Amino acid sequence: MEKFFSQSQEYLPFLFQGVTYTILVMLCAFALATGLGLILAFMRVSGIVPLAWVARTVIVVVRGIPGLVTLYYIYFVFPDFGIALTAVQAAIIGLGIAYSPYMAEIFRAGIEAIDRGQTEAALSIGMHWGLVMRRVVLPQAVRVALPPYGSTMVMLLKDSSLASTITVADLSLQGKLLASSTFENTTVFTLVALIYLAMSLPLTAFNSWLERKLRRS
Amino acid sequence: MSVIELKHVRKSFGTHEVISDVSFSVEPGEVVCIIGPSGSGKSTLLRCINGLETYQGGEIIVHGESVDATKSRIRGIRTRVSMVFQRFNLFPHRTALENVAEGPIYVKKEPRAEVYARSRELLARVGLGAKMDAYPAQLSGGQQQRVAIARALGMNPDAILFDEPTSALDPELVGEVLSVMRSLADEGMTMVVVTHEMGFAREVADRVLFLDGGVLVEQGSPDEVLGRPQNARTQDFLRRVLPA
Ligand SMILES: Nc1ncnc2c1ncn2[C@@H]1O[C@H](COP(=O)(O)OP(=O)(O)OP(=O)(O)O)[C@@H](O)[C@H]1O
Ligand SMILES: [Mg+2]
Repeated sequence: MEKFFSQSQEYLPFLFQGVTYTILVMLCAFALATGLGLILAFMRVSGIVPLAWVARTVIVVVRGIPGLVTLYYIYFVFPDFGIALTAVQAAIIGLGIAYSPYMAEIFRAGIEAIDRGQTEAALSIGMHWGLVMRRVVLPQAVRVALPPYGSTMVMLLKDSSLASTITVADLSLQGKLLASSTFENTTVFTLVALIYLAMSLPLTAFNSWLERKLRRS
Repeated sequence: MSVIELKHVRKSFGTHEVISDVSFSVEPGEVVCIIGPSGSGKSTLLRCINGLETYQGGEIIVHGESVDATKSRIRGIRTRVSMVFQRFNLFPHRTALENVAEGPIYVKKEPRAEVYARSRELLARVGLGAKMDAYPAQLSGGQQQRVAIARALGMNPDAILFDEPTSALDPELVGEVLSVMRSLADEGMTMVVVTHEMGFAREVADRVLFLDGGVLVEQGSPDEVLGRPQNARTQDFLRRVLPA
């Protein structure tokens, strides 16, 4: 145990360098997935058949491909088409795309949970589609979508470790490098696991707090 | 000029024709009640007038303007013809006052302070002066429907369409809603009311329309249609709904 603490002091600074990338990739990919997910969800509920069809197809295709393969594709295949990205850029874009179908379905479920009668009431006072969404549907859909949205953030935090496979020096890659140079597998990977946990637990706690708060109001 | 005019309107869902060649008009200040059995197309007819449904034949004209649910002009028409729904359809995340103010502020872009002042007056007028800040879930069905009527009035409409406004209410709450509607009629509001309340139709309507199977079977004064119906289908329907 004493050894664990003394080694920890030595290893933590190196691992924290990785944490920066983990958080960077997670937050940017989350923002991108949210944006893409909103667009896909709006296309699906737009009532415009070709738009809904395109969105459905994109969702099915992207969801059917492992996130890891999406990352490989963007990092290793895109350069063949003249699109060369840094590892961090590729990780953000890849994870953002890979997560967008889940976001889209979360938002769509939230939107569709709102009673059709309210949409009609809003239309009947002369609102246009955007205003119906902004003033009537979305404020209520948020309550439905927030809990699953929050858990997706935790999932994305963990899946950001996929970025290490395309050389992003995130927490998991730093851990791997450290372990292979020190052979202290137990200490290093215990620390890595604890750091991931330390990041995800507050997120989970925040989610449950938010959920309780929403349920009460 | 008629407020609302229907000329040979036809509407089908797929191959199922639910409105067949319906023509009638509503004059300013008139109260028209539409009665008829379930599934006869009463709701569909109102929804066509408000552009919530498209129709396939004939023409619906509101204040000289043709109603086309696929054109953006429909929004202008909707601000002039309000609708009150069977299930109230209030916005549950907004207070009674906000429900009434929503359209004038966000659709008609009227100044907030004026809108709130007027909305308060309207709520007071439907007997809800004490419930301005209540959310719909905190109100009874009758109170919710009165908020919905205030919301319709808030748009300063030329006419209000009511689709069975009391059918979802407990019997003891029907009276408060009907009395608000009666006072609107007395003040000269143009109204089209789909209803099963024959007493209301008899006392308040200027004209009663009987719709059956999408066909406008008979129309006339309440005395004529409810008292001395000429058509066998009307007679049959009234025998079933009116207490002997
Ligand atoms: N969205 C729809 N799709 C297909 N058919 C519909 C749709 N809406 C209504 N209908 C059909 O149209 C017909 C007329 O319905 P509508 O709701 O207008 O009747 P109603 O007179 O209002 O009846 P009620 O007194 O029960 O409210 C019915 O046969 C109904 O099944
Ligand atoms: Mg109906």
